[in-house]
Amino acid sequence: MTTLVIENAVKQHGSVMALSDVSLRVEAGERVALLGHNGAGKTTLIRAVLGLTPLTTGSIRVMGAHPGSRIARNAIGYLPESVAFHGSLTGREQLQHFARLKSVSCGVADDLLDRVGLSDAADRKIRTYSKGMRQRIGLAQALLGRPKLALLDEPTSGLDPVSRHEFYDIVEDLAQGGTAVLHSSHALTELETRTDRIAILSGGKLVANDALSALRNAARLPIKVNVTATAETVEGVAAELGGTRTNCLSVELTCQQHEKVDLLSQITGLGDKIRDVDVTPASLEELYRHYSATTQEGS
Amino acid sequence: MSVFAIARLELLIARRNFWVATAVLLMGLFTTVLTLAGGAPTGTLGVDPLTVAATSITTLSVYLIPLIGLLLSFDAIAGEIERGTLALSLSYPLSRAEILFGKFLAHIAVLAFAVAVGLGLTAGLTIWMHGTEDLSFVPLIKLFLTSLALGAAFLGIGYTVSGLVRQPGVASGVVIVVWLVCVVLYDLGLLGVLVADAGGTFTKTVFPWLLVANPADAFRLLNMPDVSVSVLTSGLGAAGQVSGVVGQLTSLLVWPVLAITAAWLVFRKVEP
Repeated sequence: MTTLVIENAVKQHGSVMALSDVSLRVEAGERVALLGHNGAGKTTLIRAVLGLTPLTTGSIRVMGAHPGSRIARNAIGYLPESVAFHGSLTGREQLQHFARLKSVSCGVADDLLDRVGLSDAADRKIRTYSKGMRQRIGLAQALLGRPKLALLDEPTSGLDPVSRHEFYDIVEDLAQGGTAVLHSSHALTELETRTDRIAILSGGKLVANDALSALRNAARLPIKVNVTATAETVEGVAAELGGTRTNCLSVELTCQQHEKVDLLSQITGLGDKIRDVDVTPASLEELYRHYSATTQEGS
Repeated sequence: MSVFAIARLELLIARRNFWVATAVLLMGLFTTVLTLAGGAPTGTLGVDPLTVAATSITTLSVYLIPLIGLLLSFDAIAGEIERGTLALSLSYPLSRAEILFGKFLAHIAVLAFAVAVGLGLTAGLTIWMHGTEDLSFVPLIKLFLTSLALGAAFLGIGYTVSGLVRQPGVASGVVIVVWLVCVVLYDLGLLGVLVADAGGTFTKTVFPWLLVANPADAFRLLNMPDVSVSVLTSGLGAAGQVSGVVGQLTSLLVWPVLAITAAWLVFRKVEP
């Protein structure tokens, strides 16, 4: 059974279409990154999957059950975008409380505190925690009871780079255990490249839903080639290759994927007129902007 | 079991936030003072000293119990919406009724503890001053049980307000107004009409029922024995005879049920 099936989801707030005709499936063990600007509909979609807000039309099934039903809620681990746990509780008390709600033993909660690196701070009040530590408590509670579907809303905001990598290891473990992971983010960063699939929401529409490499190919964004010559040869190189001079030593060229090899052999044919060549594929940020922009032109 | 998990966490929070300490301190302090102050004249009157103490404490509890109830409850839903913990709680396999009832259990337990400490002090002090002869504990037990009913009604009202206004700051303001209306302005209004009516049909037929419709007044009437001397309370006593104990008890028992049901109906519609 597909863990999460969203079919033609539409959510209308007055005249604003928060979601328009979004269809998305997440299989067991699959990691999907849900990308979009603020207000693109990510949080609305997640809240609809949780059953917190009803759809205008369309349907959502979590493990075959209605969102918000007991079966669905038992299957879900949810990390909200911004959650402020009660400051006067300790991390351990808060997590054990959630363990009781999920009918999981308190021992599991203690193990999870270890897993997210909070065992030293477990008996301190949450109000003394840093933002990253609070986020870890949030992550730990989402992992309780090995959920079938993990919904992580902006999980890495507020985490330092080291924590981000630890976080990602945890998510990878979770997916290997058969959990379907859907995590949202407002930017395409290195972390999202480690997901199986990328879904991009823009203005409530799903504008892309594929593996990163497939998105790259489909977008046909130009590859940048930067040729470094010497002060004497740069004029000649620029004349020969075309492209634009960026400073008194370098020439910048762009090409499509299929032209890359030809262009490179042309450049290496210049021999010792050049000193270096850099080839940069379209950055993640450009790719993301490309997909977000296509719909805005269309709408 | 989720109900108890919620109740357990709420109790822990109430303890950490000094709500328990505040409630116990308020009740303990005032009951002690009233018991000691009320102890002086009883010897000569020959009235059961606990009855006298219970009468003074009733007058106080009419103000304090609703206040404690509202203070414990105004943050219950609004605060969780603001912190974002409500959305998280609702992603767990438990119903909204369980969340609400869990909170209610914890809050009523805090209230019961505070009232029990207060009345326990009263009983202890009275026994210490007068011995155990001629003591009737019935007024104290009646006071305890009716206090819980009164508290439960105002807890429910507090949750309803909390769910309706959704912002803790606004909710705290609204509950203070509710408190003022229920325990002060309502009675003042009735008294005003009473004076204007000067013993007419309103005084004899409508007034007693309007009075008992307010849970705080029903509570006062139930716990006020006829020995009271003040003009106001004897007036209330006369009115109390019209509505009767059944009317007063009904009001005091229906209010918590109505208020909690209202809170649940409001909470069901809350989108966190």
